[in-house]
Amino acid sequence: MTTATALPVTGVRAHARITAAPDGRGGTALPLRSGEGPFAVRRTRSADPSRARVTLVGAMSAPLGGDRLAIETRVRAGAALRVDGSAATLALPGRTADPAHWDVWLQVGEGGLLHWLPEPLISVCGSELRQRIRAELAPGARLVLRDEQVLGRAGEGPGRLTSRLTVRYAGRPLLDQQLDFGPGAPGWDDGAVLGGHRAVGQLLVVDPGLGDEPEQSRLLGETAAVTPLAGPGVLVTAVAQDALRLRRVLDEALTFTSW
Amino acid sequence: MRAGAATLLVLADGRFPAGGHAHSSGAEAAVKAGRIRDAASLHRFCAGRLHTAGLTAAALAAAAAAGTDPLALDEAADARTSSPALRRTARRLGRQMMRAARATWPGPGLDALAAARPKGAHQPVVLGLAARSAGLTPLDAAHAAAYENVSGPATAVVRLLGLDPFDATAVLARLAPDMEEVARRAEEAARGPVEDLPAASAPLLEITAEQHAAWPVRLFAS
Amino acid sequence: MHLDHSTTYPERHSASAVRADGSRRALRVGLGGPVGSGKTATVAALCRALRDRLSLAVVTNDIYTREDAAFLLREAVLPPERITAVETGACPHTAIRDDISANLEAVEDLEDEVGPLDLVLVESGGDNLTATFSKGLVDEQIFVIDVAGGDDIPRKGGPGVSTADLLIVNKTDLAPFVGSDLEGMARDARQQRGELPVSFQSLRGEPGVEPVADWVRARLADWTGAADAPRPEPERAAAHAGHQA
Repeated sequence: MTTATALPVTGVRAHARITAAPDGRGGTALPLRSGEGPFAVRRTRSADPSRARVTLVGAMSAPLGGDRLAIETRVRAGAALRVDGSAATLALPGRTADPAHWDVWLQVGEGGLLHWLPEPLISVCGSELRQRIRAELAPGARLVLRDEQVLGRAGEGPGRLTSRLTVRYAGRPLLDQQLDFGPGAPGWDDGAVLGGHRAVGQLLVVDPGLGDEPEQSRLLGETAAVTPLAGPGVLVTAVAQDALRLRRVLDEALTFTSW
Repeated sequence: MRAGAATLLVLADGRFPAGGHAHSSGAEAAVKAGRIRDAASLHRFCAGRLHTAGLTAAALAAAAAAGTDPLALDEAADARTSSPALRRTARRLGRQMMRAARATWPGPGLDALAAARPKGAHQPVVLGLAARSAGLTPLDAAHAAAYENVSGPATAVVRLLGLDPFDATAVLARLAPDMEEVARRAEEAARGPVEDLPAASAPLLEITAEQHAAWPVRLFAS
Repeated sequence: MHLDHSTTYPERHSASAVRADGSRRALRVGLGGPVGSGKTATVAALCRALRDRLSLAVVTNDIYTREDAAFLLREAVLPPERITAVETGACPHTAIRDDISANLEAVEDLEDEVGPLDLVLVESGGDNLTATFSKGLVDEQIFVIDVAGGDDIPRKGGPGVSTADLLIVNKTDLAPFVGSDLEGMARDARQQRGELPVSFQSLRGEPGVEPVADWVRARLADWTGAADAPRPEPERAAAHAGHQA
């Protein structure tokens, strides 16, 4: 575990890489799996033998102010990978006034499949984190991506959390959304944005099959909706009082994919 | 030809016949959910809207006014609007804006977009192109987009809640510095590439737009 | 006719008599008037009277979402694809007069999707006595009042009563029960409207909507240049609705 006292004033710079490729026997191999600094990228047992599974272990659970962390995940054409996490990520205040940066690069080749299912990101009071998730999907690629944000631990206010999610499919923009919460973000807690809720999440499913027949929007209670995007994707957007309730809604929505 | 403030007033006038009067920009759903109850909560709603959907719209408008390819902007607007109800509304209002703009400031840029998107492009893109056709600047277009982003809900809440119209107008006046800031940021972003344009979004606006679209009885179209 | 001045406004945004492909568009008739005067019932009756010989469609402008459209759908006066509801943000008069863009989209979409059309009826939601249609939206307008709304409405005038191309005084069958003076209403209307026609109508019993249907047929004959329009039957045309307009 990285601790604040061990940190240089400039913060940590770390880059992890995962590459998944077909193993030639109908399964998926992991020719590249490298972590450094606060990252631990473990191969874990997959429920489905044709798919590889990687778990981001607690080691990377604390970006501090000034840290610059990045993870790059490539799923080559025809490979299938699931990435999950062992625990929530805590964005913590650092020793510098600089924000922490957390960059996620996802690339899925033709016919590839990626489940990106980390545990929630918790924005701790006094922290400042800028999250950037970019996904570049080749034609025929499939993606399930979950992004959950919890604003403050129990009984505290949130830090500042800015998060941009950009997804391109076959070279065209499919989804581009930026969220900005916490002190200094105007209007974030009121009627138009969160309405007092402290957990917000998105579940994105991209599947070329979704482009054929336009999906209908679906409401999940008062504060969540399943919405078909303008391209081959469906997005679930939910706000909730807490992480538990948020996850319940997103899990409920996940049932609309067969894979 | 460079147009001045009077032209901007014509474009940004709430009576500009481009269909805005039938839309509450999410205010009707927020009123029903109890999130807008009075002038103070209207102010907070508008501030949240302005710095999210408003910033995104203002940047699209500024970019269109600066001469960026409107079809690339239209695609960028789609990616920035996850709710199909909001995309439908944006295109419907874009088509109405296109009709009004071609009548007031006809030009080849508007004609080309109208031909390429006969069922309507996203409204901020058309607004920006209309500003360009009128000889206005990208900053002017951003101001118009920012202003209509909050004037719409404020007017709607006067009808929905019987809110004192003086209070509603005071809310808009107090938001003026925010509108200036949003317009300035939008104009600055519009100088960069399309993919770097702001994509600020508001989860509740997207979710409640879908709820509102499913209501059997409502006063406003969105 | 309300034609564009093509030199000044070459783009043809609203009232142009021809469509983009050069064909003549449908005649557009607006129906306005106070709440409860029988606009929707008149539209329904007109649809039944005209649908066999004309290709027609209806645009409604409701206060609440789509209730008038829903009524017409329930009554099955036209196939559903020929009825479009325009949402007005609680202000029908804005949508039919001040900002007609949504109505123009609706009319043009109907022409594109179920056309060619002879006639489009544009119904306003119930509004006040000053609510009239823009000439950019409709070619002719009908204002509908009823005897139960007070027999002094024609005397009070207002843009709807005094300038509409046809004034319908509806529910004449109720006059004895509400103590309305039909003679007086006719006299006042003449005073306000001069030569413009007035039709006293009861949709219960004969002749029902026929005089108004005849008036619409005559306007349509004018619109299409009298060449191929269905002719009004002479005995009906002479009855109530004058043809001075």
